[in-house]
Amino acid sequence: MKNIYLDYAATTYIDPAVLQKMKPYLTTAFGNASSLYSLGREAKAAIENSREDVAKILGVSPHEIIFTGSGTESANLTIFGIAHAYKDKGNHIIVSKIEHKAVLESAKKLEKQGFKITYLNVDSQGIVKLNELKKALTKKTILVSIMYANNEIGTIQPIKKISKIIRNFRKENPLPAFHSDACQSAGALNLKISGLGVDLLTLNGSKIYGPKGIGCLYVNKNYKIEPLIVGGNQEMGLRAGTENPALIVGFSEALKLAEKLKTKESQRLKKLRDYFIKNILKIIPRSRLNGHPQKRLPNNINLSLPGAEGEALILHLDQYGISASTGSACTSSDLTPSHVLLALGLKEGLAHDSLRLSLGRKTTKKELDYVLKILPKVVSDLRKMAAKY
Amino acid sequence: MKNKKQKIKKADVVDRNTDKKWLYSEIVKDHFLNPRNVLTDEINYKFDAKGTSGNPICGDVMTVWLKIDPKTERIKECKWRTYGCASAIASTSMMSEVLTEKGGMTIDKALELTPQEIVKRLAGLPPLKFHCSILGLDALKQAINEFRSKRKK
Repeated sequence: MKNIYLDYAATTYIDPAVLQKMKPYLTTAFGNASSLYSLGREAKAAIENSREDVAKILGVSPHEIIFTGSGTESANLTIFGIAHAYKDKGNHIIVSKIEHKAVLESAKKLEKQGFKITYLNVDSQGIVKLNELKKALTKKTILVSIMYANNEIGTIQPIKKISKIIRNFRKENPLPAFHSDACQSAGALNLKISGLGVDLLTLNGSKIYGPKGIGCLYVNKNYKIEPLIVGGNQEMGLRAGTENPALIVGFSEALKLAEKLKTKESQRLKKLRDYFIKNILKIIPRSRLNGHPQKRLPNNINLSLPGAEGEALILHLDQYGISASTGSACTSSDLTPSHVLLALGLKEGLAHDSLRLSLGRKTTKKELDYVLKILPKVVSDLRKMAAKY
Repeated sequence: MKNKKQKIKKADVVDRNTDKKWLYSEIVKDHFLNPRNVLTDEINYKFDAKGTSGNPICGDVMTVWLKIDPKTERIKECKWRTYGCASAIASTSMMSEVLTEKGGMTIDKALELTPQEIVKRLAGLPPLKFHCSILGLDALKQAINEFRSKRKK
């Protein structure tokens, strides 16, 4: 059976070259980075080299890079870390409605503790409404968190414009800090902090052909954060626990490789993406593209296929060896469809009938041609079977 | 060499929010991929009763069409159409088999059919998907009630 993986936005495989670089730290170079003898120093050096590599890519100082256990942890560390460090300055946080759950659930938890949260609306293509942001900023606002590019619909936010608005506001106010979740953007978009103007940035390994279980948070040295995990003095006291050099090395190697391949690979994927979108919208009646037609990640395709429920679609495609994902309520425990698709103003039905295909390094035109053949048939079968109210 | 340990099966569906994995039984998969008694030619199909039910929360919709023997009140044919997930499709498909096997179930008995019985015949559904098995029965009850009220007239 064919094996066509089109869920790279969920996670990627580890690049073999990255795995090679990780191996010594899983076997012979197993020392504790806090130990003073050479085995420990070797681990410490690996971690600090990785930190420098990551800092160089972001164009920041190595002291501003904290390694964490995941993108989710980095987002949590940002939201809770800033909230608790600046709670005497204010209790207001602004996030967009289409943030990853790592940000939204953290914000909701703070809301229960008495913080005020503003959830910014997005337009029908997923771009945050900037005038809403301007109006929402107050003297009590300590943090704004808006993702760089959305994981479900691929819409890219105007991060530079957003950071300009925040910097303007900060001319007369000390805060807020600006955080962006860039987990989906690495390897596709610019990561230089000077170009983005963010104060905190979240990245992780599992979306960039690196290992799972490793994330990274950039925190501008002018901002302090309270740690989530306390204990030893690892990661400058901001994330206690014996470091995992293999994962840290894997992450930095993956990020370096992603940067190296970025321009060429993005161009290749964009071409494939647009080829697929153009054809599938032509072939399947009543199909529509969710998200922004241009301001979207090179690897993201998100469709609504009315009359074909998402979970049924996924399981049928799986029969043909195609791996994809959906925002349908039928794949969530709370039986509500994707919060991202609903925020676009999509009727619930269109959210149920959504399909996300995310392309990656091994995706070929041949694979997409196969999907162009199979998907219309599956949709047509499900539509024939569907009842209408 | 015989390996008595059962391998952990690959999950069929992963919960978007919690990463909880669901596993569908082979029977569910079979009925989902090869649904029985789907109504394809709605225009030319002659039936005695029809019922539709929907779940406004998850969006599933099901319609059943019945042919009922007027003398024995046994269900001779049960055709259906479902918009919904694999559980919803498999549940309706299984219901159509249960109703029509062994010469057909009487409508009195059919009214007593429970979602638990459908789920049992499917060799189980994930707990979160249990509600999918109720919908088809709702449509069935509607169809039978329609049939009875028509006969009274």
